[in-house]
Amino acid sequence: MKKTLLAAGVAAMMAGATPAMAKTLVYCSEGSPEGFDPSLYTAGTTFDASSKTVYNRLVQFKPGTTEIEPAIAESWEVSEDGLEVTFHLRDDVQFQSTDYFTPSRPLTADDVIWTFERQMDEENPYYQLANGGFEYFNAMSMGDLIDSIEKVDDNTVVFHLTRPEAPFVANLAMDFASIHSKEYEEQLIEQDELQMANQRPIGTGPFQFVDYREDAAIRYQANPDYFRGQQPIDNLVFAITPDAQVRYQKLRAGECQVMPFPNPADVDAMKQNADIEVMQEPGLNVAYLAYNTQQPPFDQPAVRKALNMAINKQAIIDAVFQGAGEVAKNPIPPTMWSYNDEIEDDPYDPEQARQMLEEAGVENLEMDLWAMPVQRPYMPNARRTAELMQSDLDKVGVTANIVTYEWGEYLERSKAEDREGAVILGWTGDNGDPDNFMGVLLGCDGVGGSNRSQWCYQPFDDLIKEARTLDDQSERAALYEQAQEIFKEQAPWDTLAHSTVFMPVRSEVTGYVVDPLGGHSFEGVDIE
Amino acid sequence: MTAIASPTAPGTFRYQLKSFWSDFSASRGAFYGLIFIAFIMLVALLAPWIAPHDPAMQDRSALLVPPVWHAEGSWSYLLGTDAVGRDVLSRLMYGARYSLSISAMVVVISMAFGIFLGLLAGYFRGWVETVITRVMDVVLAFPSLLLALGLVAILSPGLTSAMIAIAMVQLPYFVRLTRAAVIGEKSREYVTASRLAGAGHLRLMFNTLLPNCMAPLIVQATLSFSTAILDIAALGFLGMGVQPPTPEWGAMLANAREFMGSAYWAVTFPGLVILLTVLMINLMGDGLRDALDPKMKRS
Amino acid sequence: MFRFLLVKLAQLVPTFIGVTIVAFAFIRLLPGDPILLMAGERGLSAERYAQLQSQFGFDRPLIVQYWDFLTGLLHGDLGNSLVTHSPVMNEFMSRFPATMELSIFALAFAVIIGLPAGVIAAIRRGKTLDHTIVGISLTGYSMPIFWWGLLLIMLFSSTLGWTPVSGRISFMYFIDDVTGFMTIDSLIAGDWGAFLSALHHLVLPAIVLGTIPLAVIARQTRSSMLEVLGEDYVRTARAKGLSSFRVIMVHTLRNALISVITVIGLQVGLLLAGAILTETIFSWPGIGKWMIDAISRRDYPSVQGGLVLIAFIVMIVNLLVDLAYGVINPRIRH
Repeated sequence: MKKTLLAAGVAAMMAGATPAMAKTLVYCSEGSPEGFDPSLYTAGTTFDASSKTVYNRLVQFKPGTTEIEPAIAESWEVSEDGLEVTFHLRDDVQFQSTDYFTPSRPLTADDVIWTFERQMDEENPYYQLANGGFEYFNAMSMGDLIDSIEKVDDNTVVFHLTRPEAPFVANLAMDFASIHSKEYEEQLIEQDELQMANQRPIGTGPFQFVDYREDAAIRYQANPDYFRGQQPIDNLVFAITPDAQVRYQKLRAGECQVMPFPNPADVDAMKQNADIEVMQEPGLNVAYLAYNTQQPPFDQPAVRKALNMAINKQAIIDAVFQGAGEVAKNPIPPTMWSYNDEIEDDPYDPEQARQMLEEAGVENLEMDLWAMPVQRPYMPNARRTAELMQSDLDKVGVTANIVTYEWGEYLERSKAEDREGAVILGWTGDNGDPDNFMGVLLGCDGVGGSNRSQWCYQPFDDLIKEARTLDDQSERAALYEQAQEIFKEQAPWDTLAHSTVFMPVRSEVTGYVVDPLGGHSFEGVDIE
Repeated sequence: MTAIASPTAPGTFRYQLKSFWSDFSASRGAFYGLIFIAFIMLVALLAPWIAPHDPAMQDRSALLVPPVWHAEGSWSYLLGTDAVGRDVLSRLMYGARYSLSISAMVVVISMAFGIFLGLLAGYFRGWVETVITRVMDVVLAFPSLLLALGLVAILSPGLTSAMIAIAMVQLPYFVRLTRAAVIGEKSREYVTASRLAGAGHLRLMFNTLLPNCMAPLIVQATLSFSTAILDIAALGFLGMGVQPPTPEWGAMLANAREFMGSAYWAVTFPGLVILLTVLMINLMGDGLRDALDPKMKRS
Repeated sequence: MFRFLLVKLAQLVPTFIGVTIVAFAFIRLLPGDPILLMAGERGLSAERYAQLQSQFGFDRPLIVQYWDFLTGLLHGDLGNSLVTHSPVMNEFMSRFPATMELSIFALAFAVIIGLPAGVIAAIRRGKTLDHTIVGISLTGYSMPIFWWGLLLIMLFSSTLGWTPVSGRISFMYFIDDVTGFMTIDSLIAGDWGAFLSALHHLVLPAIVLGTIPLAVIARQTRSSMLEVLGEDYVRTARAKGLSSFRVIMVHTLRNALISVITVIGLQVGLLLAGAILTETIFSWPGIGKWMIDAISRRDYPSVQGGLVLIAFIVMIVNLLVDLAYGVINPRIRH
């Protein structure tokens, strides 16, 4: 009896395997998405599950780079004064047909306008539903920047801006600008089921949504009407696996084919494994230690430089990043255009550091050292970093007290202009533009906010403000290169590291490209 | 009720102690447990002298060195080093100080408050009892770890808050035991006699009743000592307990979890030490119960 | 009996009110702010912050907020999650079956192994087998289960490859959600492969979660058996020449079971606590993991609602245990 049962079971298992003969790619994702409407959220995990699979944008980042290339818009032009941007849309873009929605028409300029209207028009039901909670749209100041959007014909749309802004087109490649279907969402409004847009998404992307089991798995299937042609894999599954160790085990066991965010400590073992290929790419991020430059003795550049020289950054790369990173010398990552490679980093030299502190008249310095409580893409373990710094600073006679707060509080308290000590923090780029780093993190506007070193230095600020208004990339690059020199000389931060993004994929997977912006896209991926 | 406690029992204190010891040591497990615990305590006490290294010293040239029996191991780091080059053995030795003293404090706090509340409830009955038992029911209605986790989150993660949180979730057990024991003892003749002799409430509660209710409380104390070690480690594991670089065992384990696959020693040894310590305390607790609880002894 | 039930229920009311107060106070005492957390490194403007505050109702007087929470609760409405925007009740109910299924299997594992082990130890009192069982169960009882789970994963999943690493079912299978129990749903769907896969995924987590209850049950069974074996009527039965198997099964075990059942009932709270750790280790999509995530995201309505629902379940189970105990042993009703 028992035997037949087992035999039946095995037979059933084989039978159950037949549908899987269709090509299924399993991705061990690191967490549950907050929802499926990318305009509402800021987390990469949510974007992977929504904008990267289900949606497209007018323009997109060329896979593996931060360059902009056409997507829904096949071309675009910017007017002479920089105030009008015209997009020409493809005419063959279809929204997905699923069991909950069937489109009656292809994508038009109406959908594009709808996408932005729902994020900026207070009369729009979606705006009201979210109460304007389109955090990325707001954070990029899109509401102030876009004056109006005009439909010229079904395939032409013009954005009228309030001021020239060089990174604008790049912003439209970001996840929050994913194009929604006006038809679908109007249907939902009629049925009074607005929130379903966040649970059962409809987009134009390579995969269409099938099913989501909370905290367990998301299932997609290839979109047969995709405008770049149907994907080589039939099914895509996100197996939600928050623990890095467990993700690795599953990858090894072949339970999934791609995993993000391995433990740096496991990368060596992965590289030894013949079944696994570890792809890697420098991440578009920076981790830094921000002094409070308004507070003595950190108001003296010499003191800040001395402390920078006392900290052994290579030791942090070795012990905290486990080698999965490189020492940073500039506030922007090396893969970004305008990175100034001429700049020389301050050497690790405790002897000279001690001397410089003495010359500056600093004795028995006691300072707070802020270590954030969470792991971030740019910083695997801030606590451990702080411990290393503490012991380095001790060697030059500086006593550092490690302090930490709950993450939200940490972010808030570290903004205060009268904050004590130095803060470990970092940043991941949004749109590949240098302004997204230097303007946001070091500009005078950010003091008391995202400028954690409270550093307002006119010569630096003038440069980045000017660069923002120019359209020519090489002209802008020259200004940013100059700005980096000033930055190094003034040392408002100790630039710590740029982390390396590792993507372990099983060797049967082809066509996977690592995204320097930190996203995970499966367009064009196949299994052999 | 028990040999050591009841004033009506025959013999001197010395005799009672002797009989307790003979009962206790009759259980071999309990005896070994006691020896092991004494050993751990000694290590904790002498850590500054016997630990081979400073637990905070970072040897940057020796990150994640395996234990001595591996080819790449080194005699200066018997059980290997952690991610920033600190000696695992020394950290375990110093860790004993934290784990044992925090747990001891937990027991003291929860026992003191628990006995006090339990005495009040059992002695006065009425609304005092109702309020106290209802409040304890509320505490018991939440899974202990969840409640401790929440309390730590409120008090901000750290040594003291972990201690308070765990003492809080242990409290109801002491309250319930004391209350039940007091209710049981209260109607006994010696209590009535004492009351008739003019003893006040305080005297009756603390001098007359309490000593006679101690036996089950002592057993519960060992139990809650071992539970406290586990709970603190669990909090540390969830990142909410004692914060690094303090070499508490649970925090060590949590901090090394990412090396599970590549440097097993950083994870295995703290876990093993936790298991052994808890096991030995429980062995000791079993022996104590056998010695203090005559009902169990008979069977 | 009915009176007994009424008294017990009446006692639950103040406890339940206490639970709601604790849950409500708890999230308001937590340092940190869900709005700031959601904004992350990018931050948000003061106006936007104030707007969100009023949208979530955090700017109203506490007593009003509590009253809304309480009245909502009576209507089964626990508010919406700040993160996913869907009702907390739905979020909870979609995860609860996962925890239930895991707990049931863990408890089954604990009873199936623990009960016979306890009986055998009692019969073989003082023999090597007894010592071994007592020793093993004490070790299980002393186990830091998060560490135990990691060790088992290392051994059975990574090294030997016998068991899957995490999750509830292989991602080959997508079974329609009927009861939320993977094992039952796969049977309803008539998919044997899925059923076996679900069982396969349950093995390790159930063992880890069942370890401590197993130890407790084995120890309790042993000591209750010893107690009953010492009672006069058992001695009489033996003296009457009844076979020792019959004595053990019919007379001793049945009487010993009373205290064992109580102990099993008391494991429910413990199981829920253990579920938090087990679910974290095995990425099991249950309420334990959900609560931890909700706390770290400061998702107030989810934490608040989750705490109340969990406490409610613990209270109901304890009530049932009390009732069962009352049925078996009528003396305690008074």
